[in-house]
Amino acid sequence: MAKLTYIKAITDGLDVVLGEDPKTLIFGEDVGKNGGVFRTTEGLQDKYGEDRVFDTPLAESGILGLSIGLAATGWRPIPEIQFMGFTFEGVDSIGGQMARNRFRFSGKRAMPITIRTPFGGGTHTAEMHADNLENYFVGTPGLRVVTPANPYDAKGMVISAVENNDPVLFMENLKLYRSMKDEIPEGKYTVPLDTAKVVHEGSDITIVAYSAEVNEALKVADKLAKENISAEVIDLRSLSPIDTDTIFKSVEKTHKVVVVQEAQKMAGVGAQVTAEIAENAIMNLDAPIGRVAAPDSVYPWAQVENDWIPNADDIEAKAREILNY
Amino acid sequence: MAKKTGQVIDFASIKATMSDPYKKTFQIVDKDAKIVNQELFDTFSDDQLVDFMKKMVWERTLHEQTMNFSRQGRLGFYAPTYGEEASEMGSVSAFKDQDFLFPAYRDLPQLIQHGASVAQGFLWSKGNAVGDDYGEQRNWFPQIIIGAQYVEAAGAALGIKKNGEKDAVSFVYTGDGGTSQGDFYEGVNFASSFQAPAVFMVQNNGWAISVPRYKQTAAETLAQKAVAMGVPSIQVDGMDILATYIATKEAREFAAAGNGPVLVETLTYRYGAHSSAGDDPSRYRTKEEEKPWFDADPLIRMRKILTDKGLWSQDQEDKLVEEYKDSFKASMKEAENTPTQSVVDMLKTTFEEPTPQIKADIARFEAKESK
Repeated sequence: MAKLTYIKAITDGLDVVLGEDPKTLIFGEDVGKNGGVFRTTEGLQDKYGEDRVFDTPLAESGILGLSIGLAATGWRPIPEIQFMGFTFEGVDSIGGQMARNRFRFSGKRAMPITIRTPFGGGTHTAEMHADNLENYFVGTPGLRVVTPANPYDAKGMVISAVENNDPVLFMENLKLYRSMKDEIPEGKYTVPLDTAKVVHEGSDITIVAYSAEVNEALKVADKLAKENISAEVIDLRSLSPIDTDTIFKSVEKTHKVVVVQEAQKMAGVGAQVTAEIAENAIMNLDAPIGRVAAPDSVYPWAQVENDWIPNADDIEAKAREILNY
Repeated sequence: MAKKTGQVIDFASIKATMSDPYKKTFQIVDKDAKIVNQELFDTFSDDQLVDFMKKMVWERTLHEQTMNFSRQGRLGFYAPTYGEEASEMGSVSAFKDQDFLFPAYRDLPQLIQHGASVAQGFLWSKGNAVGDDYGEQRNWFPQIIIGAQYVEAAGAALGIKKNGEKDAVSFVYTGDGGTSQGDFYEGVNFASSFQAPAVFMVQNNGWAISVPRYKQTAAETLAQKAVAMGVPSIQVDGMDILATYIATKEAREFAAAGNGPVLVETLTYRYGAHSSAGDDPSRYRTKEEEKPWFDADPLIRMRKILTDKGLWSQDQEDKLVEEYKDSFKASMKEAENTPTQSVVDMLKTTFEEPTPQIKADIARFEAKESK
């Protein structure tokens, strides 16, 4: 066991899969000698060689199209898209191509591709470097979208993503990269790709969140606990599919729910969770479903980012509103 | 005294001469059936020449029969191949089984020559997944998002290289319109950067639906676009099956030998509409424009050469056409007897392991489709 940051936990997970499966390949912009602009792939080219870990020309559609052709010839690609904002250049390769190929080939050809990409606000990046673009991708049949909220899950989930035989969009939170450390077991372990996790048990209200907002929700749970209010916090981990069973079970117990996301409110993950609860568990509720999300503007400039991103105060206010309904 | 701005670098002459290496289209037999390269012509055996002619008659008959089926309402989307027989059959004749093929929607004849069945071609048109079920064949589905096949082919070429395969390449087709896509450049450039064995085919048939070739780019040839990516290329008379075959075969040999990718532009013509779904070329082009291309027909020149050599007769061709027609009718029966796909099948092939939501959908459609 060693205490590792979120980013080093991912590096460790990638080391495990490269070591285990000689068909795995890591490639993208700056991932080779430089080890990625965040150093997520640091040391991997030295250890596994340039045939397995390599730089590509600067073109996202090319990187993702390359992944499809490599998968078609027996490889297990782990492309990196340097920032999630850059996935706009490769949307066809994801939504038009790789996610549909299992279906196109009657289930007989697989696209075992893990697209790693950093996202998320709060680090004052340049424009298009922090956007939460999961809302664009979660409505894509054939594509899994996952995002770990802590270093332990990050390593276990990246291993599961690579081992999965379908394309996985693996979203890594920029703000969490170096702000969290966990005890990380050495070697291989996996965390499932399709289950949410109750990260704080409670009985008075359920707070559903994912990625960096899980930490904000946990702060709220701790604060409410001092007033003997027991909040249950669920980390979705998988944004598509959504583990509704875990949510319904919790709501059945608490009868109140707040759904939190860092992304804009319109038609996204929170909307889907809200709709699922409304459709399937509304009789268990004794208050409206509370929602906390960013406003429906373009992702903000760095100077106003901290006002824009929903934080613990926003979650607390919404939770109290629902508790007092 | 310093020169005035505008006189230091002679862009005008750079522009005027930069296409020079591409101005001579590779040809063996011209439009009047005159052999313009006797030495290369003599490398073909009589059997080979007859085989090329048969393949073109096969493709043209397939087109005519497909149009019949289409008019009878027995097919869905079809992109007519009429006029492109030399370009398509000449190039695919250079393939080996181990080569990977990434076709676009007008390339079903090559897909079939590379192992798919005619019935599968019909099933693809009808919208049945069996059409894309190629088993172990190195075939890929006919691409609709033009350009995507180029980046994917670059990936397969890199995969082939990493597999250590010594005599295999990745073949990919697009048209003149396709060379305007970003993915066209990304695909060629990636294959170049990795020196991967890809052969990029550009079938320049003059039209991207209603937009003529000259509106796609001011470049004098499409072949020369490859230069910018460090890739050698050639423009070929795509109505000359022998020239197309030789160019593709040598491109393949060059790429398979580890020299990096090659691009081949074939000059051909889309005689018919863009697709069977309502496109009407008379809206955007004239009969006068079409005429020289019909005069340059690949079958006419090959027919003349073979007839002069005593290797071909109209009788023989008529008989062959009937044989092919019968086989296509049998293929259509096979396609029509293939069970329709169900929504349940589709749901089951969305992920390897259906998600809980998809499991619920499967149950719903099992009930619906069992009625």
